[in-house]
Amino acid sequence: MTPQLVIFFVLAALAVAGAISLIFQRHPIHSALSLIVVMVALAGLYLLMGAEFVAAVQIIVYGGAIMVLFVFVIMLLNAGAEERTSFSKLAGFAGVPLGMALTAFLAAAVARPAGAAQAPGNAAVLAPTRTISEMIFKDFVYPFELTSFLILVAIMGAIVLAARKGE
Amino acid sequence: MTFLNAHAELLITLVKIALLLFIVLTVNAYLTWFERKVVARMQSRWGPHRVGPYGLLQPAADGLKFLFKEDPTPEGVDRVVYYLAPLLALALSLTSLAVIPFGPEPLRFFGHDIYLSITPPDLNIGLLVLFAITALSVYGVALAGWSSNSKYPLLGGLRSSAQMVSYELALTLSVVGVLLMANSFNLKDIIVAQAQHPERGIFGWNIWPQIIGFLCFFTAAVAETNRVPFDLPEAESELVAGFHTEYASFKFAMFFIAEYTSMITVSCLCTILFFGGWLSPFPASWTFTHYLPSVILIPFGLWVIWSGIRYETIFGRVILPGLGTVIALLGLALAVFPGVNSFIQAPFWFLAKVFVFLFVYVWMRGTLPRFRYDQLMSFGWKLLLPVSIANVVVTSFVILLRSGWK
Repeated sequence: MTPQLVIFFVLAALAVAGAISLIFQRHPIHSALSLIVVMVALAGLYLLMGAEFVAAVQIIVYGGAIMVLFVFVIMLLNAGAEERTSFSKLAGFAGVPLGMALTAFLAAAVARPAGAAQAPGNAAVLAPTRTISEMIFKDFVYPFELTSFLILVAIMGAIVLAARKGE
Repeated sequence: MTFLNAHAELLITLVKIALLLFIVLTVNAYLTWFERKVVARMQSRWGPHRVGPYGLLQPAADGLKFLFKEDPTPEGVDRVVYYLAPLLALALSLTSLAVIPFGPEPLRFFGHDIYLSITPPDLNIGLLVLFAITALSVYGVALAGWSSNSKYPLLGGLRSSAQMVSYELALTLSVVGVLLMANSFNLKDIIVAQAQHPERGIFGWNIWPQIIGFLCFFTAAVAETNRVPFDLPEAESELVAGFHTEYASFKFAMFFIAEYTSMITVSCLCTILFFGGWLSPFPASWTFTHYLPSVILIPFGLWVIWSGIRYETIFGRVILPGLGTVIALLGLALAVFPGVNSFIQAPFWFLAKVFVFLFVYVWMRGTLPRFRYDQLMSFGWKLLLPVSIANVVVTSFVILLRSGWK
């Protein structure tokens, strides 16, 4: 086992444990904290693949800004621990087979000899900040600008909703 | 010996971490002494002066007090989060120091190059790591406020998370100008880019073209470290003690150390990004300025000896002249050995600049009143953010014009 592999398994276990804990925690804040663990573990995995910039941005944007907002809203609403309800019938009939099917698909995709996926060694060459910025602002500039327009519309919608409530 | 050679990198890093932690925690302790002394001077008081000569042992007394105080856990707290919060705050603030480079030249030691930073000097995302840690460090304060199950800490935690979200944008955008000029996230490259014209000295630093960026950055950084005038999360006149009201003993001390460590980190960042890091403010040809550390240290040591022999307590009359002798001998050694002298230049200037920023922090605490909450929000969103965006636009246009519209 190389050190990289050990670190990979530790981070992967951390991410899976965080995700499971996210679902099974009863208090919203504990769930949010579990999600932060997942985000940070994912950032660690990106770093392991040599994608330094993506790893840092993952923590800054998801681990920091977005999750701070989640935690802020939960604290502001002072949400208490939730009641545990019995398993819903829909989840039992449809959810379990669908979940198993998805897992099978993912396993098949991972097990297939990789064509498009890069070996970890190559990623270090592929992911410097310059390459990423060239992709965003040259190759995919129209989708990128469309996305920012979409976000702008969402922001304006939120403002309109908030203003209407105040009247 | 083979074991030592095989794991040299790892061992050197561990020793560096231990050394840096020791230095930073000591500096933290004396920063509290320095802050109390300076604020006392501003308010025509004496400050701490009973424990040890000039109150110099006050930090040790405070540390012992924190260790031996009773550590009650209030009823109804969320135990896991309540214990996690101070740990998180302290661990994150100490981690951020790992990427700071304190000098350019490696120290040659048994055939190994030892760089003056914990991470390797070619770390390409140094600045982003710092921002990532800053982004996470809000959880220490916010979760402490929430988990205490008490209304004042909850208000403090809410305030801190809102404040962090508001000021982080301005913080990040205000350094984009510097990044554009240096063309790198690497902290070492940012400093080296400011030394393109060695004869300009102080006028080659980023502070001149990026003065707007610096003002935005420093303001936002003070807000991120929860210091006066942005200390609304603790606001002792409104919220008792804010987010750490329910914390006692060493858990409280951990928040305290975390706050002072992030002050040091911000001072280091200001130095690196805008004030040339370890670069000397004088033109490179003025080699006689290399004796400046000695010129400062020797008279200071002599003054400590002189004031020590007349000190009122016997303990002070023994300790202070001894301390002064050590300082004066250190200054003499720096002047006599040319190798040591040229090596010490970079760390000397770096630490001198960091010290100036720490003084500014204390100065502001002694001078400025606290913001009101609505003032804080409108200042962050309506002034700081637009100004830092305008700074980015203007900087990029100037860079584009200079490179000739390629």
